[in-house]
Amino acid sequence: MSIEVRIPTILRTYTDGAKQVSGTGSTLGELFTDLELRHGGLRDRLVDEGELRRFVNVYLNDEDVRFLAGLNTPVKDGDTVTVLPAVAGGAS
Amino acid sequence: MLTISRELRDQIVAHARRDHPDEACGVLAGPAGRDRPERFIAMTNAERSPTFYRFDSAEQFRVWRDMEDHDEEPVVIYHSHTATEAYPSRTDISYASEPGAHYVLVSTRDTDTTEFRSYRIVDGTVTEEPVTVAE
Repeated sequence: MSIEVRIPTILRTYTDGAKQVSGTGSTLGELFTDLELRHGGLRDRLVDEGELRRFVNVYLNDEDVRFLAGLNTPVKDGDTVTVLPAVAGGAS
Repeated sequence: MLTISRELRDQIVAHARRDHPDEACGVLAGPAGRDRPERFIAMTNAERSPTFYRFDSAEQFRVWRDMEDHDEEPVVIYHSHTATEAYPSRTDISYASEPGAHYVLVSTRDTDTTEFRSYRIVDGTVTEEPVTVAE
């Protein structure tokens, strides 16, 4: 068993094109550290100075982890983590 | 080139007019790999701002999952500028995260005419493309 992580198109350069990868860990932060071992560079696109990057949305199952505990959110076998780039912009 | 039906174009313009002076934003979904927008999805601008937009994260999750379940992709990502021209700002370029999408910008700065333009934004490079409205 492991945790499934769904990867958006723009980050698939780090996963050899795979839409979904898997990893282990007891928190989201640990999971990203584990993924980095096999998908070098991915963690840096998700985490900046120990925090989730502002324009990346990460969901545990269907909940935005910002409303849980961010990188400290507990994860367990069978969970699905989804990464989506925030869609944002504007005239300013 | 972006080919879009008149109905979808009119829906985008109506949404932009409705939310003016705040920026409006949304997606046109279409079958994966076909480059054909078919389904209009107005999104909530979580920022509710005249100078910034951001999709509501929970709504984005539902919409993206729904597209995946229907083997669709975001063919068009649109938003409005309400006081400036319909050209991607530095902010738009830095946050553009769907290299396969057409980025449509609408300007509602003029009450009588609406600018409607389309771009590709890949690795920080903006390329404007012609828009063909199909009857």
